[in-house]
Amino acid sequence: MNEIANIAIIVLIIIGAFLSLVAAYGVIRLPDIYTRNHAASKSATLGVMSILLGTLLFFYVKDGFFNSRVLLGIVFIFMTSPVAGHLIARAAYNSGVKLWDQSVQDDLKNAPHMKKSASKDQ
Amino acid sequence: MKTNDVILQTATKVVLFIIVLFSIHIFFAGHYTPGGGFVGGLLTSGAIVLLLLAFDMKTVSKILPVNYIHMIAIGLLFSIGTGAGALLFNVPFLTHAFGHVELPVLGDTSLHTATLFDLGVFLVVVGVTMTIIQTIGEDE
Repeated sequence: MNEIANIAIIVLIIIGAFLSLVAAYGVIRLPDIYTRNHAASKSATLGVMSILLGTLLFFYVKDGFFNSRVLLGIVFIFMTSPVAGHLIARAAYNSGVKLWDQSVQDDLKNAPHMKKSASKDQ
Repeated sequence: MKTNDVILQTATKVVLFIIVLFSIHIFFAGHYTPGGGFVGGLLTSGAIVLLLLAFDMKTVSKILPVNYIHMIAIGLLFSIGTGAGALLFNVPFLTHAFGHVELPVLGDTSLHTATLFDLGVFLVVVGVTMTIIQTIGEDE
């Protein structure tokens, strides 16, 4: 295994672990569900993708074994994780979870299909 | 309230093919690597459950007009047929046969009757899972 590939794999894995840590820290620290969801779905997606890319490179360089399932996993996570974040945030908004009290903008409040659910909550 | 599910439905249309492809891969890889009929069947039914989440039940039954109870029966027939087929060759029940066959496109392929048994397991798992979920999910 040559040194450049070694360093690239180490950097990828450490970046991935760091981004996952950042995601976990964001989920603890941020004030409401939308900002937490923002931290979790973005940072964790990139973190897991870099860890998987590091794994793919490791087994390709070490054993010459190209595991296409890991590549498929990277593509899959890249496609599904933001969609999951979007659905969680939308479900939270539709069921009337309050925004952070220092939020300044709520564009969806006056949307026509939101009025019915807003009046139902009151 | 009529909800707008464009993002979920579009993502489902793309992701569904990856899941089905991966479940077929898991099913055929079962002999030499981790996998097999059970995980493959669960993955396939997971793909159908994703369809059920993104669309409603009527649409899914229009896309896949499958009677899952018949699917369980066919799967059991496959498994018991593989076992009983061994009796025709004067060997004990469930004795499997294998060999290398020269197929037109795939070339030299090793075929094993355990795959037919696994196909039965696959069909039973898909059928049972989908029967359970459709029975619970039906609200009419």
